[in-house]
Amino acid sequence: MKTALIYRETEGKSTGFWVLLGGLGAIMLLALGAVLHMEHSGHHVTGMSNQIVWGMPHVFAIFLIVAASGALNVASIGTVFGKPLYKPLGRLSGLLAIALLLGGLMVLVLDLGHPDRLIVAMTYYNFKSIFAWNIILYNGFLVITVVYLWFMMENKMNKHYPVAGFVAFIWRLILTTGTGSIFGWLVARQAYDAALMAPMFVIMSFAYGLAVFILVLMASYNWTNRPLGDAILYRLKNLLGVFIGAVLYFVFVYHTTNLYATEHHGIERFILLDGGIYTKLFWIGQIILGSLIPLFMLYHPTIGKSRPAIATAAALVIVGGFAQLYVILIGGQAYPLEIFPGYEVTSSFFDGGINSYSPSIWEITLGAGGIAFALLMVTIAVRVLRFLPETLADAAIDPHAAAKAD
Amino acid sequence: MSENSKPVDPSRREFVVKASAATSAAAIAPGVFLTAPASARPADQPVTGDKRWGILVDTNKCADNCNDCVTACETENGWGDSEPNSAPEQRTQWIRTVEIKNKSTGYAKTLPLMCQHCETAPCVDVCPTGASFRRDDGIVLVDKHICIGCRYCMMACPYKARSFIHEDLHDQKPWAPRGKGTVESCTMCVHRVDEGGTPACVEACSAENHNALIFGDLYDENSEISRELQKHDSVELRGDLGLNTGVRYRGI
Repeated sequence: MKTALIYRETEGKSTGFWVLLGGLGAIMLLALGAVLHMEHSGHHVTGMSNQIVWGMPHVFAIFLIVAASGALNVASIGTVFGKPLYKPLGRLSGLLAIALLLGGLMVLVLDLGHPDRLIVAMTYYNFKSIFAWNIILYNGFLVITVVYLWFMMENKMNKHYPVAGFVAFIWRLILTTGTGSIFGWLVARQAYDAALMAPMFVIMSFAYGLAVFILVLMASYNWTNRPLGDAILYRLKNLLGVFIGAVLYFVFVYHTTNLYATEHHGIERFILLDGGIYTKLFWIGQIILGSLIPLFMLYHPTIGKSRPAIATAAALVIVGGFAQLYVILIGGQAYPLEIFPGYEVTSSFFDGGINSYSPSIWEITLGAGGIAFALLMVTIAVRVLRFLPETLADAAIDPHAAAKAD
Repeated sequence: MSENSKPVDPSRREFVVKASAATSAAAIAPGVFLTAPASARPADQPVTGDKRWGILVDTNKCADNCNDCVTACETENGWGDSEPNSAPEQRTQWIRTVEIKNKSTGYAKTLPLMCQHCETAPCVDVCPTGASFRRDDGIVLVDKHICIGCRYCMMACPYKARSFIHEDLHDQKPWAPRGKGTVESCTMCVHRVDEGGTPACVEACSAENHNALIFGDLYDENSEISRELQKHDSVELRGDLGLNTGVRYRGI
């Protein structure tokens, strides 16, 4: 038996800590201002329209929500799959999952036409709507993860935490299935209407969540001068590589299936060949920057051992994730609805043409506010509660398991 | 009509008697209905599934460059120039004329496009709060009180029939309440239909003698719309989706 790990609050006295808090707080204030402006004036101040109905706030919100469920994976690998190396990371994993989800929901709710009617969304349910189910799934996720964390952190409840971990793992799979199905079940649009959306979102969540987790882990250990061993970091970065590959596989299957069916050639040509910004974001943002370069960096025998390279690769996965969601969300709406197959269509309502969208500063600020909220919550939580082990040095976290596992 | 005809004593007496009786009955037993109006459904009785309202669009009769149905809808429901701050892409359009041209044959048509009032409406399915709903008589509406403005219905609608209101509105029509931050679409002029009337677009089309729009009860075999649908073929837009739309098209 190895000695028990000691979890300790961060000191939180350095100038850096206060600068971080102040910076994140300032972004949140700006986001609040953007929301007040959008809600007071109406959405006409945004780039969103009746053609592109979901815009930049939704890209941010869905990224955060998807990453939230993925961030919990690290805890699940420790609890459900019994990998001891991951167990010390469980608390941070759960915290990050809650923080990212709250950040995402904040953006989603504040973009509503009527955020003041949140209580309506909580009290009127149309159970045929996957969106309504998602509201239940999000709330459930928060409750379950809080309980999971409590069982992890409270000695008396510790014996129950594998059960909570199992429930949380199953719940998070259902949650991301629900998020993917928001698009997968949209029968009308060429870019969506595919069962593959649900598992693709699940695997996207694995990659995004782990990338965010790696960055937060590295930053918090670096900034608090706590040791973070190679064993755990290399394990995480190798896993990130696997997830990137898995996302690529799903993207490949999605596009090849569409390319086989003539009816989808229009949307595929738009995304893959001549869609302007969407084509660039797909190839340069999602595939090259967000997938191939990080894969190369993570698996390269020397570069893959460099911490700045690992951090860069994780950051690139996040950039690629935003690009991917932008292409799915905005690109999917920019391509016109096929109301009259085989016909050229024109109208005063922009039928038949590619819809244009340029995100406003308000939307981007709101989205950034969601990220700031999540990071602020993590920064404060690790300051006041015992989320982070004092050391994650190789010797401290079961070196035998580190050597044998997998 | 009755205002112009000079009242005669017997009818006046009859009116007074009936009115007194009705007033007394109403005072004694509030909430009890004494008479039923001849045609329109009383406002306080629920809509039933005995009827299904629909519109047949005969595109062969749609005149080139005619926009009368759209203008009539704007006037009737108070949209069109109500959003001065919004970009053209952001402005509401409950109904629009669409020009279509067959890519291989060059055959061209103009037709109106609005909410198709689907039997299994995707907008109703996806609405998280149930604000998007279908009445038993087939009219698809938005309850503005519980619409949270998430716009998922707009993502789901195969016809881009819905609009989101991007700014404050003024001088609304009392029978067509609208509000910033909520979604709206063609109501099939439900306020007229409930009083036994026809939608403004249909009325305008008939007024010009184009008669490209026929409104009526799809369940009534003897209604004009049913007879026309039996006589000639018609299609649903995106019929592949199997939505059983209340609006049908002929000539495309």
